[in-house]
Amino acid sequence: MWPIWVSLLPMLLLLVLGAGVGGFVERRHLAALALREKKYASITVTNLKRVTDSASAQHAAMVSGEVVIASDYLKTLLASLRNIVGGNVKAYETLMHRARWEAQLRMLEEARKIGASEVWNVRFETSNVRSSSKNNKAISVEVFAFGTAVIRQISQP
Amino acid sequence: MIVVNTEVIPGYVVTETKGLVQGNTIRAKHVGRDIAAGFKNLVGGELKGYTELLTEARRQAVERMMSQAQQLGANAIVNVRFTTSAVTQGAAELYAYGTAVVAEKGAA
Repeated sequence: MWPIWVSLLPMLLLLVLGAGVGGFVERRHLAALALREKKYASITVTNLKRVTDSASAQHAAMVSGEVVIASDYLKTLLASLRNIVGGNVKAYETLMHRARWEAQLRMLEEARKIGASEVWNVRFETSNVRSSSKNNKAISVEVFAFGTAVIRQISQP
Repeated sequence: MIVVNTEVIPGYVVTETKGLVQGNTIRAKHVGRDIAAGFKNLVGGELKGYTELLTEARRQAVERMMSQAQQLGANAIVNVRFTTSAVTQGAAELYAYGTAVVAEKGAA
C-alpha cells in the first residue's frame, strides 16, 4: 500500500505544480497580451500582399517577432488523455493562441520602433522545437511572425 | 539594405532584378538550455533561451542573404521567405531566401 502511494506522489506534485503555476502564468500572460494589444491599436495589420497607395510610402522594412513557448505538465497530460478519445485539444489551443499573439505583438513592437503605421503581408510560421530526450512528450512550439512595415510620409491627410 | 517580404517596395521602384539570394544557418542548442527547457515543460511559459537562440540564428541567416545580395550589386531584397527544418534532434536549420533587386526611390 505504502510504496504505491509514494510512487504516485511525484506525479501528483507535478500535476499540482503544472495546474497552479502553469495556470497562473497563462492567465497573467493573456491579461498582459490584451493590455499590450491596445498600445498598438493604431497600427494596421494585414496579410494582404499588395500595398495600397504604395506611392505615398516613404520607406519599408521587414519586421518580425518570435517566441518559443512550452506547455506545462497538466496540459501535456490533458493532451495525451485527449488523444485516446479524440476531439479538440483545448489545452494546446490556448497555448498556440498565446504564442501567436505574443509573436504578433513583438512584431508590432518592432514596427512601432521604426515609426511604421502599417504592417503588410504578415505571415506566421510555426515549428516544433523538439526535446532531446525521446520519452519526453511535452511540447514546445516556436511561432515566428513577420511582415513588411510601411512608413508613410509625415504630411499625410 | 532594404529587406521586405512584399513583391514591391512601397515608396520605391525596382529598376533591375539581380536574382535569388539565400542564407542559411544550422544551430544546435546546448545541454544547459535543454535542462532549463525540461523544467519549463513542467510549469509552462516562454523558453527565453530558445527564443534568443532562434532570433540570433535567423538574424545570421538574413545577414548572409544580405551579403550575397551586396555581392550581386543589389540594394534591396524583395519577397523574402523563411523556412525552418529540424536537421537532427537538437539542431535546427534556418533558411532565408529572396530576390535581390536594385531599387530607386520614387513612385511607380
